[in-house]
Amino acid sequence: MTALKLENVNKSFGPVHVLKDINLEVEDGEFVVFVGPSGCGKSTLLRVIAGLEDASSGTIRIGGEVVNSVPPAKRGIAMVFQSYALYPHLTVRDNMGLGLKQEGQPKDVVDARVSKASKMLDLEQYAQRRPAELSGGQRQRVAIGRAIVREPKLFLFDEPLSNLDAALRMNTRVEIAELHRTLAASMIYVTHDQIEAMTLADKIVVLRDGRIEQVGSPMELYNNPANRFVASFLGSPSMNFLERSVPGLPAGQTIGIRPEHLGLREDGQIFGKVTHVERLGGDTNLLVQTGQGEIMTVRLFGQDPTEVGDEIRVGFDPACAFYFDAQQERIFQQAA
Amino acid sequence: MTKARSSLSTKTTMHAVLIVYTIIALFPVFVILINSFKSRRAIFRDPLGLPNEETFSLIGYQTVLKQGDFFLYFQNSMIVTVVSLALILLFGAMAAFALAEYRFKGNTLMGLYLALGIMIPIRIGTVAILEMMVSTGLVNTLTALILVYTAQGLPLAVFILSEFMKGVSDDLKNAGRIDGLSEYKIFFRLVLPLVRPAMATVAVFNMIPIWNDLWFPLILAPAEEVKTLTLGSQVFIGQFVTDWNAVLSALSMAILPVMILYVIFSRQLIRGITSGAVK
Repeated sequence: MTALKLENVNKSFGPVHVLKDINLEVEDGEFVVFVGPSGCGKSTLLRVIAGLEDASSGTIRIGGEVVNSVPPAKRGIAMVFQSYALYPHLTVRDNMGLGLKQEGQPKDVVDARVSKASKMLDLEQYAQRRPAELSGGQRQRVAIGRAIVREPKLFLFDEPLSNLDAALRMNTRVEIAELHRTLAASMIYVTHDQIEAMTLADKIVVLRDGRIEQVGSPMELYNNPANRFVASFLGSPSMNFLERSVPGLPAGQTIGIRPEHLGLREDGQIFGKVTHVERLGGDTNLLVQTGQGEIMTVRLFGQDPTEVGDEIRVGFDPACAFYFDAQQERIFQQAA
Repeated sequence: MTKARSSLSTKTTMHAVLIVYTIIALFPVFVILINSFKSRRAIFRDPLGLPNEETFSLIGYQTVLKQGDFFLYFQNSMIVTVVSLALILLFGAMAAFALAEYRFKGNTLMGLYLALGIMIPIRIGTVAILEMMVSTGLVNTLTALILVYTAQGLPLAVFILSEFMKGVSDDLKNAGRIDGLSEYKIFFRLVLPLVRPAMATVAVFNMIPIWNDLWFPLILAPAEEVKTLTLGSQVFIGQFVTDWNAVLSALSMAILPVMILYVIFSRQLIRGITSGAVK
């Protein structure tokens, strides 16, 4: 069964066309990540699914039912917001229980579900505190707890980790992944961070300017991007695009090589000068200006003695490279 | 305070300026208060002197309490002020919520239209208002005053509150919607508590002019049983003879309720006024 099905969904704010013909299916139990640069419409799409914005056209089905005119509370969804959005005047417990109370669930059901969620998220000792007395990470867990207790058909996450610091972000990311395994629930997760997308998703949806650019598993998108935008968006450091530096490349075409597929070799195809070195311990990133004036990143595994100003030759395996035409679309026959 | 941010001299100057200003602002109130406790002769002989054994007199308060229905006036003023404030806050906040929260055609235009009331004094329409009140039979009722004061207070209330409501996080309101709260509950339970400082600001800004107003009570409700305190105090001011003891005593007593309300609201008020600048 499909948890969510979008058919030709469009959304306009006045003359601004934000979402353009979105078609998408989310299977039961699937973790889907919407990713894209800011302003691409990913949050709007999530709000349309939640019912916080009406779609201008198209149909939205959740669990098989058309929900276009169903209010958010009755869609069987729960949402976690970037700013946590906890009710400031309620305790942690009441924050989590409010949705169920509004549904008219009996008190013992509310209590049981809230206790279960608090236990799962390790929030039991904070039950009587107010949001203002909690740290950022705890607040986000309360927000997640508020979503869990409703036992929704579909979880929606709107950039839930953006307000957390780096260490906490990593921990919470792992917690969300574990939560997904435990609950086996369908989840949609919006982020602009490609690491979150790669690590959490069963399926990534890359959006640009209100259109879906490509849908696929993280490794599919990494190994087989449909166009230059997707290729550049996933992977860190991002892919190098060269037009002039590689000998034998037809005019108008661009070659894309991931930094990790480049290496220092005596017989390398590209000649250049190191302009900057980033030593990360495990990796060393070299910024190289090629003889033709293009800048590229070379990612070397382990530590490397190369210094700024060194002249180096960089080589790559043509099988690992991607070719794009002038319209930035992938040219498939030349690959591999 | 750390040394880096303030030196002794700037601090002294700052306080000196503030103290001078406080003295200037409080001086008239002080003069009213001391003179209300003096005999008539002492008021004229030495208007700035403190009451002493010789000049101390409660004659003014006695006159006020004996003559006229001072408590009735007091009650009228209280009813008019409190009901008007309640209506201004309720309707002002509701209109502000609609303007801040919902996208509809003419939203900006509506906001501007409501703000227009800030720039046009309501007293320009006094004749029309009086005619309206006469034809609806509301002359000489407290309702007339309440309606006028509500209309007078709404523009500023809507203007201030809608700015504050735009600042309430959208996510919070959306979280409420997903949890199944109705728009009314979102308004009363989530948004109103968060704009409480702004509400206090609006309340204080509206309270004082309403309490002190002489114009509309004089025109719309001059009858004995609906007189407000300010209007009631006027009986002691005659064209040829003025009972200064009584006037000063009445005014001193009229200050009290406003002061009490101000003390209640002041913490919220200060937060309301400064939150825009500091945060």
